[in-house]
Amino acid sequence: MYDFAYHRPSSVADAVKLLASDPDAKVMSGGMTLIPTLKQRLAKPSAIVDLSGIKDLVGISVSGSAVTIKAMTTHAAVAASAEVKKAIPALAAMAEHIGDAQVRNRGTIGGSIANHDPAADYPGAVLALGATVHTNKRKIAADDFFTGMFSTALAPDEIVTAVEFPIPEKAAYVKFPNPASRYAMVGVFVAKGPAGVRVAVTGAGANGVFRHTAMEEALAKNWSPDALHDVGTAEEGLNGDIHASKEYRAHLVGVMAKRAVAKAG
Amino acid sequence: MGFEGIGAAVRRREDLRFISGRGNYTDDINRPGQLHAVIIRSPHAHARIKGIDAAAAKAAPGVVAVFVGEDMAADNLGGLPCGWQVKNKDGSPMAEPPHPVLAVGKVRHVGDPVAVVIAESKGAARDAAELVSVDYEVLPAAPTLEAAQKPGAPLVHDGVAGNICYDWHLGDKDAVDAAFAKAHKVGRLELVNNRLIPNAMEPRAAVGEFDPASGDYTLYTTSQNPHVIRLLMGAFVLHIPEHKLRVVAPDVGGGFGSKIYHYAEEAIVTWAAGKVKRPVKWTAERTESFMSDAHGRDHITVAEMAMDKDGKFLALRVHTQANMGAYLSTFAPCVPTYLYATLLAGVYTTPAIYAEVKAVFTNSVPVDAYRGAGRPEASFLLERLVDICALEMGLDRVEIRRRNFIPASAFPYQTPVALQYDSGDYNATLEACLKAADWAGFEARRAEAKKRGKLRGIGISTYIEACGIAPSAVVGSLGARAGLYEVANIRVNPTGSITVFTGTHSHGQGHETTFAQLIADQFGVPMSQVEIVHGDTAKIPFGMGTYGSRSIAVGGSAMVKAAEKIIAKGKRIAAHLLEASADDIEFKDGKFQVAGTDRAKALAEVSLAAYVPHNYPIEELEPGLEETAFYDPKNFTYPGGCHICEVEIDPDTGVVQVVNFCAVDDVGRVINPMIVEGQIQGGVAQGIGQALLETCVYDENGQLLSGSMMDYTMPRADDLPNIKVGTAITLCTHNPLGVKGCGEVGAIGSPPAVIGAVVDALKDYGVRHLDMPATPHKLWQIINANRPRMAAE
Ligand SMILES: Cc1cc2nc3c(=O)[nH]c(=O)nc-3n(C[C@H](O)[C@H](O)[C@H](O)COP(=O)(O)OP(=O)(O)OC[C@H]3O[C@@H](n4cnc5c(N)ncnc54)[C@H](O)[C@@H]3O)c2cc1C
Repeated sequence: MYDFAYHRPSSVADAVKLLASDPDAKVMSGGMTLIPTLKQRLAKPSAIVDLSGIKDLVGISVSGSAVTIKAMTTHAAVAASAEVKKAIPALAAMAEHIGDAQVRNRGTIGGSIANHDPAADYPGAVLALGATVHTNKRKIAADDFFTGMFSTALAPDEIVTAVEFPIPEKAAYVKFPNPASRYAMVGVFVAKGPAGVRVAVTGAGANGVFRHTAMEEALAKNWSPDALHDVGTAEEGLNGDIHASKEYRAHLVGVMAKRAVAKAG
Repeated sequence: MGFEGIGAAVRRREDLRFISGRGNYTDDINRPGQLHAVIIRSPHAHARIKGIDAAAAKAAPGVVAVFVGEDMAADNLGGLPCGWQVKNKDGSPMAEPPHPVLAVGKVRHVGDPVAVVIAESKGAARDAAELVSVDYEVLPAAPTLEAAQKPGAPLVHDGVAGNICYDWHLGDKDAVDAAFAKAHKVGRLELVNNRLIPNAMEPRAAVGEFDPASGDYTLYTTSQNPHVIRLLMGAFVLHIPEHKLRVVAPDVGGGFGSKIYHYAEEAIVTWAAGKVKRPVKWTAERTESFMSDAHGRDHITVAEMAMDKDGKFLALRVHTQANMGAYLSTFAPCVPTYLYATLLAGVYTTPAIYAEVKAVFTNSVPVDAYRGAGRPEASFLLERLVDICALEMGLDRVEIRRRNFIPASAFPYQTPVALQYDSGDYNATLEACLKAADWAGFEARRAEAKKRGKLRGIGISTYIEACGIAPSAVVGSLGARAGLYEVANIRVNPTGSITVFTGTHSHGQGHETTFAQLIADQFGVPMSQVEIVHGDTAKIPFGMGTYGSRSIAVGGSAMVKAAEKIIAKGKRIAAHLLEASADDIEFKDGKFQVAGTDRAKALAEVSLAAYVPHNYPIEELEPGLEETAFYDPKNFTYPGGCHICEVEIDPDTGVVQVVNFCAVDDVGRVINPMIVEGQIQGGVAQGIGQALLETCVYDENGQLLSGSMMDYTMPRADDLPNIKVGTAITLCTHNPLGVKGCGEVGAIGSPPAVIGAVVDALKDYGVRHLDMPATPHKLWQIINANRPRMAAE
């Protein structure tokens, strides 16, 4: 690692102040992505603003129609939450299969979506469930949040504070893990909810998570795996690497989607 | 104390230390005044070094020194030596280009060490390393076997034409040609043995130290064989005589072969410690391990088997290309020759065999022995070919094996490829494994799986290997530049406790338990009275270390020989104390007893008399009770057995699940069945890893695409089934314990069984063979390509 200053503010306001005063400062949540990046000297922030001292940023709450998960809530906490399991079981199940136990105990929802790794799981849930991302400045609709691989609508001094998920009628996530990294090589999150049918694909797209509109249309007409039988996935814009060609990924999107619909019931 | 002797499943006494974080690994060693080394490595597969500017790095805070290849050359240091010389078909020696410790003039693979920065802290060394600017002229690279053999391919070493290290052969070509001419049918197979990256849990590390007062050097290193490193580094690289160099290999967290070799970093830290007069430490990061630990396997082979009308094998013809990487690692040349082609008879009576092996330099990390070393390549080739032969003949896979087995009555059995097998019973391991795996009931399971939409297949391998390495004169005649005996020194202490100094090295195998059991058994004392010491040239006699499943067969035999000497001397001491004739003394249950009487002296009484020789036959016997034995094996040992694997494939995704795995192995006498089971399970896990998951990928420029755990698929617990392990043994006939070895059989026997199962599951898709690893992507492509045909049927 290169040297950096370390701050551990106790409020969002203080954190934002630190970020605003130093354009080269970086936020840290669980550090599961950031710290390896620092250790490999791929990033050289002047300062780290560690959010772990902000008690306000942890917790899960459920209203009648939405589950709100604060940014610093860990994957393990989401996976274990009785409330999440009841309201959106697909979300808890998804969190339970991120990385390994150590990663789930440190990694956070805020860090995951802010990072927008194209192979991460959470972006699929956020987009398919039509969630709203809360920041210190504003509320951002999922459709506007993810802007490309490792990029989001967040401004440099903007901090994710919570994610609000409308409770769907049905939802499920099925992931084909990359054999080596176990991140999503293809992950498909399907949901039928207040905003209609939404299908989000993660892991496959070269620009990160995306909605599969053809599948959404087919499922809106007929919510069943069979409805996806003839719905193809264009290879263009997909990732190809030593683990999976674009063609194979396109195929897996179909298989995972069908399985997700079947799982959602 | 329960039964602790030979055959007892005693728990591993070293494990408490390991699992509670109290191991003492090389990186745990910190010496006073220690500095830290960071190695600057080539980012290019092939480039000319036009210049290195280290001025800024040398001036950076905390930096003590920066050294480059020329600095080592100026000290007249040698290059890294190769321990085995293979000869070409015409008798000329292999090409053996120089292997500088730090690159001089050219870099030849991504990760090739170019310079070293030594600083007060690792951070300071890293910061300074970024300031070293190396001016490279990038050259076209030949990272793979194919690329290096194309006409006009870039030359890895300017003096080595066609990148050919050697073109070697073994066997009787004329006899093979004649047999093919009259063959009823021929089974033919082209295959690739995929390149693997070892990935021991503990990365390599080294600490060099120089004592200006005595002029002594010490190297702490992650090695499987500290004496070998002392000899190679001292005699060939740094010119430090043995008595001024101590090499310590403390706890080592896995080796699998990759920690046999003498690596550049060991020489760098030792030499640099002398230069800067302070200890210097280097520990690999995982990324460095991927690009600097010797890789394994990497063959391309064409093989043909001639058969008569009954499917009896008449002759085998094999042509193999083997990737050596950019330089010859310590034992690289012997792996695809004497550890490979000599195994091509397998468990079969094939009377004529001819193998040609071409070893090729490429712009890739050096390739050397990796768990099994040559024998997994041989067994994969042969067992896959036997399956092809079964298809060709329309015979059952088990039946064709039975027809060709060397019968149990035929031992000792001389193969046409040099080796003489001493013992074995291939039908016994086959039958036991068929039963354990319920081979007969498979078709019902296949049908049941089909109902669930799964393609189920079963595969079998009946393999043999040669280990217990090795008779010195034999390997010497084949090009080894070392002897391969082993040594043990047994010291019975005055109060009767026993310290054993062994030349073998334990890096996960549990020797501290197995050997203690063996000694407890020999002397009739509790294990708690026995200490096993290994891994320090200042303590142990000159032994050759651990690899090639040699520790019990060669090292254990040396212990037995040393124990025999102790007991013989003890009898003479006891005879004196008991006023009897030495011929009348029996040693049993820890006591020297006058035969037929109850007059006896315990081992501790005898040892006390030996060290306090007041009443002692001092005229005829030296005091003390300590003996050393060197044991040179008379032959290799030949474990073998049968592995059966069952898989299910999801045709929608290509995902393979291993649903059943049974191994029944003949490892000779079993000292500790629990440790043997663990060794076999670990080996099978690596075999399944090779068959389904692992592969090293270079792009056309020689960049390592599978250079981290994000892209190199190591097997994990949930990739593996419960591996059922059984043994059906015959004793080795030429060593005192009847032991054969169990460290590598799992990795040798399993890959063909796994691939056989995958092929069987896909037989309706027209698949006869597929190369490892059988990844979901690869299988889906096969399934997808055949879907229309399947639908039409
Ligand atoms: C071994 C391993 C396996 C993994 N496997 C998976 C997997 O299978 N699936 C998966 O989805 N993920 C996986 N991950 C990723 C992990 O789950 C985390 O989600 C991820 O590392 C980011 O979360 P974090 O809290 O650690 O963020 P950090 O590493 O702290 O931060 C990541 C990035 O987001 C920024 N950031 C963090 N928090 C905020 C915030 N509140 N507002 C704005 N910006 C912020 C940081 O500045 C940084 O750029 C894995 C990670 C590891 C190390």
